[in-house]
Amino acid sequence: MLKTADNFCRQAVLYFIFIWFGVMVFAPNLLVLLASFLSQDPVWYLRLPLNLENYAALSDPKLLTVILKSLNLAVCTTLFCLVVAYPFTYFIARFARERRALFLMLIIVPFWTNSLIRNYALISILSENGILNTFLMKHGWISEPLKVLYTNAAVFAGMTYTLLPFMILPLYATLEKLDLSLLEAAEDLGAGPMAAFFRVVVPISAPGIVAGCIMVFLPALTLFYVSDILGGADSAVLGSVIRDQFMIVKDWPVGAAINVALTVFMLFLLHLYYKSGNSVDQEQPIW
Amino acid sequence: MVNALKYLYVGAVYLVLYAPLLVTICFSFNDSVSADAWFGFTVKWYERLFADKSLINSALRSLFLAASTATTSTVVGTIIAIALHRYRFIGQKVVYGSLSVIMLSPEIIQGISLVMIFVILGIPLGFSTLLLSHTVFCFPFVTITVLVRLKGVNRNLAEAGADLGASDVDIVRFILIPLILPAVFAGWLISFTLSIDDVIISFFVGGKNYEILPMKIYSMVRTGIQPDVNALCAALFFATFAVVMLSYRLVRNRK
Repeated sequence: MLKTADNFCRQAVLYFIFIWFGVMVFAPNLLVLLASFLSQDPVWYLRLPLNLENYAALSDPKLLTVILKSLNLAVCTTLFCLVVAYPFTYFIARFARERRALFLMLIIVPFWTNSLIRNYALISILSENGILNTFLMKHGWISEPLKVLYTNAAVFAGMTYTLLPFMILPLYATLEKLDLSLLEAAEDLGAGPMAAFFRVVVPISAPGIVAGCIMVFLPALTLFYVSDILGGADSAVLGSVIRDQFMIVKDWPVGAAINVALTVFMLFLLHLYYKSGNSVDQEQPIW
Repeated sequence: MVNALKYLYVGAVYLVLYAPLLVTICFSFNDSVSADAWFGFTVKWYERLFADKSLINSALRSLFLAASTATTSTVVGTIIAIALHRYRFIGQKVVYGSLSVIMLSPEIIQGISLVMIFVILGIPLGFSTLLLSHTVFCFPFVTITVLVRLKGVNRNLAEAGADLGASDVDIVRFILIPLILPAVFAGWLISFTLSIDDVIISFFVGGKNYEILPMKIYSMVRTGIQPDVNALCAALFFATFAVVMLSYRLVRNRK
């Protein structure tokens, strides 16, 4: 009696999981893949015949320029976030346990306002008469206001600001577990602080570094609202192109093809993540 | 000396993270339309805000959506975590793998694939599509948080329960759930936060009939934002802060 009830329960839960993943996770992505091989239709969005032309559209020189620019911005954002976040996370991971929870919480609090709103607030900081310029001029560090707003520099600032926590959180997950006696062992064996850092701390935190880089790099390619709010005429990112294909040009197949290319790229990065050391343990939280 | 530098650095990073929030809150009390300088204290933007029904409504929709999303994704995520922990089944590896793929996917990939399936299936865009989509990108965070906690639960407890005649349902209800409750709550909070913060997925699956706050603001950015939006953002921030603190208190007291 008990066994049948348990069995029923198990069946029900497993069916639920299969349906949930099938309908909400796999079906939508398969549809995108399928759409990338179909043709554009003004009414139904998609129609036969199957073809590869949508992928050929990816080599359009105008599109390529945008993609290269966007990649450049994403790489700069990722490296800058890593350089800023690593020492920061290293320091807070060394604080006393109760304090650590508070400091971690303080990273999440700004997320309670929508990121669109926070990027909008950057306008009043970066604008010509904004807080940054006023501050710098008051101290005589610059003689005339810096032109930051509506340039690529502002988009870089916005991306860095929006994505920095996504670098900090995965780094924290690995740095928190760092066993300090390893550093003592390195010192005892004659390693200087630099050698100990680069040959002990960095390899141990490699999964965190890779996860953080992925979590910054991919959104930095796609957060079109940051470039919309802070950028100029030529600040479009890859995400803006995808959005326009879907919402303005209404060319679903080409939009889907760009999406598929981005997904393949993401899977490649994920492959790197799983190869980056002890993260083979799949239950390892990413943040 | 080294310690002072450490704190200075940590403080500087926090300053950067909080500056836009602080600016928004300050300018919501600023007696001027321009956001360039301080002209004196006023609450007139708050008065104007509370007179603007459409703005208030979109904010309330956002909060309602975030709370609903957090609840559904906590239920879905916890069920999946417990199933992954207690059962062995075909496709388990695929489920594990998909969790990290979903967490790392840029929002635009998810937003587009979801809006395509909704449009093809003829599901009208609105609250239900927003709720489903937000749940899809939030539940893996709940699952992972709960799984980590489940790994720390002593397996003997469940076995002892089974020996004493408890059914699977009883074991989950009376042994596992009480033990993982803090992680379940943490998952709820993470989902709430992710949902409130989301722009891109909502942009695609939101539709015109159920305008939540980021979409409302997105359409206002082009026409120029008025200071009452600052007031709204500040008010919303404090409201969220209060909700989170209160729920944190409640959970802590129950423990």
